[in-house]
Amino acid sequence: MTSPTVPRNSITGETRYAGTGTLGPGRGGRFGEKSLFLVPALFVLSAVTIYPILYVLWLSLHRRLLIFDISKFVSFQNYGFLLADERYWNALRNTVYFTGVSVALELVLGMSIALLLNGAFRGKGLMRSIILVPWAIPTVVSAKMWEWLYNPDFGLLNYLLGVKINWLGSPFWALNAAVFMDVWKTTPFVAILLTAGLQNIPQELYHAARVDGASGWQAFHRVTLPLLKPVILVVLIFRTLDAFRVFDAIYVLTGGGPANSTETLSIYAYKVLFQTLQFGYGSTIALTVFLFVGVITVFYVRLLRRGME
Amino acid sequence: MNVSTFSASAADIRFRLLAGGLARLSAWRLTSLALLLPCSLLLALTLHGCDRQGPADEERVTLVFKHGKIAGDAAAFTEVLKQFERENPDIRIRDETLPATTDQQHQFYVINLEGKSSDFDVFSMDVIWVPELARAGWLMDLTHMLPPEERSNFFPGPMEAVTYEGRVYAVPWYIDAGVLYYRSDLLEEYGFQPPTTWQELVRQASAIVRDRPDLYGFIWQGKQYEGLICNALEYMWSNGGDVVRNGTVLINSPENREALSFMSRLISEEEITPAFVTTAIEETTRHIFGNGKAVFMRNWPYAWNIFERPGSQVRGKVGVALLPSFSGHEPASTLGGWQLGINKYSRHPKEAERFIEFLTSYETQKRVALTIGYKPTRKSLYRDAELMSAQPFIVSLYDVFEHARPRPVTPYYMMISQILQPEFSAILSRIKKPEAALRSAEKQIQHVLRAEE
Repeated sequence: MTSPTVPRNSITGETRYAGTGTLGPGRGGRFGEKSLFLVPALFVLSAVTIYPILYVLWLSLHRRLLIFDISKFVSFQNYGFLLADERYWNALRNTVYFTGVSVALELVLGMSIALLLNGAFRGKGLMRSIILVPWAIPTVVSAKMWEWLYNPDFGLLNYLLGVKINWLGSPFWALNAAVFMDVWKTTPFVAILLTAGLQNIPQELYHAARVDGASGWQAFHRVTLPLLKPVILVVLIFRTLDAFRVFDAIYVLTGGGPANSTETLSIYAYKVLFQTLQFGYGSTIALTVFLFVGVITVFYVRLLRRGME
Repeated sequence: MNVSTFSASAADIRFRLLAGGLARLSAWRLTSLALLLPCSLLLALTLHGCDRQGPADEERVTLVFKHGKIAGDAAAFTEVLKQFERENPDIRIRDETLPATTDQQHQFYVINLEGKSSDFDVFSMDVIWVPELARAGWLMDLTHMLPPEERSNFFPGPMEAVTYEGRVYAVPWYIDAGVLYYRSDLLEEYGFQPPTTWQELVRQASAIVRDRPDLYGFIWQGKQYEGLICNALEYMWSNGGDVVRNGTVLINSPENREALSFMSRLISEEEITPAFVTTAIEETTRHIFGNGKAVFMRNWPYAWNIFERPGSQVRGKVGVALLPSFSGHEPASTLGGWQLGINKYSRHPKEAERFIEFLTSYETQKRVALTIGYKPTRKSLYRDAELMSAQPFIVSLYDVFEHARPRPVTPYYMMISQILQPEFSAILSRIKKPEAALRSAEKQIQHVLRAEE
């Protein structure tokens, strides 16, 4: 991917070739020559992405249990099983809930923090660094830390709130506790990206808005939001995809329990694939995750393109 | 399109950063770097060369021994291996440690054995893997190493765990089993004997907690994970229940329903078990008991040495007993521990057998018990005078290990465990009644057992 020859040539090469000759009849030949340079990149891409995806698709059509030396083609039987698999639908519900709630909260909070950080005050640089701390802590470490913070008897959270909630032990609270941890961890990331976006908005536009008599809210609504839209969409792509594939944070925090109340699609796929080694059905689950992620990406990229036009 | 532009510019930025960084490195730093690289390469080569100059290298057979991290004095274990090499000059042992988690080790073996790898000869197996790997045909048949009279020298639980369809596929290396820890000082104060029935445990814990509300009565491991199965089986077995036997699914029985609803009532009605056990693993409970905050705890024997360390708050106040049972039934504890087997694709099976014989011999087990603390699988060691005087605690474990039972000995165990974990967790967090959870588990296990049809 980062091989310096390929993507840059395909983008900047145009002017270099154009300089050596005239545009016109010879162009098709050069185009062919140029696509030749794309071959190595295409080869690497297909080896590391397209081939594995097709292989997972192929596996998902098999009943494959290494331990029992079983590997037979069952066409769409795994998909039929998946439709009736209550645990799968539970994992999907958990994943969608986790993604929706955490991304929404992160966006709202991240935006508020970004607006604050964008204002002029002393120690702004310091604040920007401090706010990144949760994001800088490795996920597994922060999950372990939150496990203790959530402890109903010794945990800081219950002590501060003066309650006795069994956060990770009750099916209702556990998923929300996972959401809260994710919000804590990734809001800084959202805030920093949005701050960067805010700094690209020319101050003149705000001056002009003020001259026109716009209120603070109107300036935010009519100037900030439209100009920030591409950045917001990029943030949403990153965060939605990350949240949808969430694994490490929840795996360490609860392992999917209690009673599968925090089991996401990735955790379920991991358990089927790597703990019980059912490669066929595990691939079926993994493939559906891939499809969901694909749909989400296409949706956002469309939005983004429309935003650019 | 947007995406590719984005990644190209990102690569560009990275490249510029790298170039800038290199430019900023001062000349002398670059020179020292340039000098350092070949030097370290030379050093590595020399060391490598030293390593290879063993006596009569060509005639020696190298056995690769894979196992999990040694939980304790690793240097002591290296000494044990050296002793084997001294006694067997024709064999050299290459000792290779795998990642700490059991799941990762299982994955490693399955993937390598499926690929017919001969990169390792002897390896250690968790007690629940043997039937699975034997069924796959990846283990050497070791029945001849353990004739019936030799088998009776080992505890019955591990022997059952290494036997699949009448053949023996591994030799028990060290043993582990669930035990009941109690605060001997508190029990003495109240004039209680260690409880032998679950009802008695509830009575004693309630009585003590009534006077001492700062203490938890009884803590154990209830998080949704393998440890929950180990805990739940002990209640089911000690009420005459079981999961599967000879291919018949027995999970949905009145005995199991009663046992599991008792387990859940410990939290909700008896109130001697705090609600957070539904998130607790071994270490969570060990910390709490170690801080003197609980009267009873179910855990593995490893915690004992930690409690008896100088500075421990419960030093000299802890007793260990067999887990209780429901009245009229035999007590049972879940078997843990590791077994040694030989890779089917090993090129040196004869030498591998000698190595396993050495590691599981009376003398080596004793040495490892004294230095590392691994509990021997040979029964006679629990009457060894030297071991008894060094670790008086080991005597009380004999009874526990005699009652240790392996988790269902079936090649399907890993799948069955994945089915039971969420169902048991649902019972403890009271979102399913035991009847409903066990009915659902029964249906799923039957589906798994039909996988080969």
